[in-house]
Formats: sequence, C-alpha cells, structure tokens
Amino acid sequence: MKGLLGIKLGMTQIFDEAGNVIPVTIIQAGPCYVTQVKTTDKDGYEAIQVGFGETKEKRLTRGELGHLGLLKRDQKHPSRKVSKGIPPVRHLAEFRLKDASEYEIGQVLTVEQFQAGDRVDVTGKTKGRGFAGTVKRYGFGGGLKTHGQSDRHRAPGSIGATSGTAHVFKGKRMAGHMGNVRYTAQNLQVVRIDTEKNLIAIKGAVPGPKGSLVKIRDAAKS
Amino acid sequence: MSDLLLKAFDKEDNENLPEVRVGDSVTVHVRINVGERNERVQMVRGTVIRVRNSGNNKNFTVRRIASNGVGVERTFLMRSPLIEKIEVHRHAHVRRAQLYFLRNLRGKAARLREKRF
Repeated sequence: MKGLLGIKLGMTQIFDEAGNVIPVTIIQAGPCYVTQVKTTDKDGYEAIQVGFGETKEKRLTRGELGHLGLLKRDQKHPSRKVSKGIPPVRHLAEFRLKDASEYEIGQVLTVEQFQAGDRVDVTGKTKGRGFAGTVKRYGFGGGLKTHGQSDRHRAPGSIGATSGTAHVFKGKRMAGHMGNVRYTAQNLQVVRIDTEKNLIAIKGAVPGPKGSLVKIRDAAKS
Repeated sequence: MSDLLLKAFDKEDNENLPEVRVGDSVTVHVRINVGERNERVQMVRGTVIRVRNSGNNKNFTVRRIASNGVGVERTFLMRSPLIEKIEVHRHAHVRRAQLYFLRNLRGKAARLREKRF
C-alpha cells in the first residue's frame, strides 16, 4: 500500500526529456504519521489511520491530544498511553488495507513511497458550484441561440411525456446542487517527486480548490 | 510560500539563449521530429510580436511573411529543450507590448524603426 495526505498547491506545466509539455498538479504531501493501526481482531477490518499537517497543541481538543498520545501520564491516569513521537496533526484519515500488521504507530510515511510513473488515485472535495443548471451540471446542450428564441438558451427541454406516463420519472437529471462532494480521480500518473520539499507532481487535474486536503493512494484499477 | 513550492519543478532559464524583446528580428533554431529517428533543426526567422513571462510557460511569438505574402505566426516556449539557438539580428523601437497591429500591415508599412544601443 502506498498512501499519503497532502495539500493541493495548484497546477503548472513541466517538460519531459523529449520536450513535450505535461500539465501537472503539484501536491505537498506528507510527512504523514501512522496514528492508529486497525486490525480485524480489534476493529473488524484492517486499516491504518494517518495524520498530516503539523499544528500547535493548543489547536487540538484534549480528546485529540489523548488519541495522539500527547497527554502525559500522571498519578491519576497511570494507564494513559503515551505516543511514539507523533506530533500534533490537524488532519486524520484512514487507509483500508489487506494487512495492516506491517505498520506500527508513529511510523512516518513520505513521498518516497512513490516514484515517477506510478499510477495513483487522488481523492478530494470538489469545488462547490452551488445550485447549477443542467447545462453546467450534466452537459445538456441548452436551447437554440437564434431563430427567435427567448429565455430558452439554457433550459433543459422536455422532462417527459404527457398523459401516457403522466409523471416525471425518478432520477430525471435536473438542476440542483453541484460540487462540494468527495470525488476520486482514478489512475493518474505520477510525473515527478521532490523528496526534499515533500512535493509530488501528478499529471492532469485533481479534485478540489488550491489549498484543499487531498488523499493519494496507489490506483485501485491500473 | 505555496507559490514558491508550485515553482519547485520549474526549469531554469536556458543561459545559452539571449533575451528576446518585442520587436526583435530573430532566427529561432528549433528541433523537430519528422517521423521516427529523423530529427532535424528548423529555422524560423521573423519579428517577435509578443513575449509572455510566466514561469515554465514563458513564451514568445514570431511573425514572418511566408510565400504568397501569407503571414505565419509561431509561438515558442522559451524553456523548451527543443529550442537549440536563438539569434537576435536587430532590435526595434516599439511603443507597444504586443505588436498585433503588424497583422493588418504589409510590405513597407510593416517595418519597424531600428533601435541601436
């Protein structure tokens, strides 16, 4: 398993050896810390929970601090668990695995897991588009621009038959809220890695606005 | 800060290439692939009508008059490894950043006043 959390920095373009221009999204990913190992015995499934984005201790709740093992043992709480070097992290996320036993709490994951040419899936929250019409939301063609049309340029057209069916079918694509949902872009190619700055360049676009949290893992279908 | 990181994969400007300015008369030597394993260098001579500075996308457009008086414009990426050499023949005195007005002029009217240093 290869997986990381990162912050989308934005898009740019880079050259390959042959002089082709490749559009890439730059993501600042890792270092991530394994904060919890979930096993079938204990939790019913195998996964690791990782944390990303160092922050100040005062920005976390005591519940979060306790989970990360950042509260000290004292006489009142002699059994309180103490961490193995996890810093205070802002974001937590889980990666489901076949076998989580090879990971241990406190382990550090970096971009070095990946190399150029790898295929990855990137999950993020898409930009919110608000209440969008059918042209933007589903790529409907809209109406005619000329021939005496008025108010019909971006209309959805007919939404069903008349008295034969007498109702609009369920699931009929209409205007409504678009975006601001979790989305996974699958099978994207890793183009370049910068291990010093913890950067990863992925070919093409990735869901979400700049500065948003994204989850990278090895491609499910490749 | 994040903007700096975004530029982390940018290439450096090629030091062997001269600075190109709007109005310059240039010859650009650019490698092209004609089929497989058949690489050659093509030369494009003309006037620079536009320069864009934008990191890796830094580019300039060369306008030349091809046969039959047809204007041909070609845009080159400054940092592309395909650019072999750029020769600057003369600079021109120009008062605009983009010389799009040249598109509407032909022959003697499409000349630019030379600028000497």
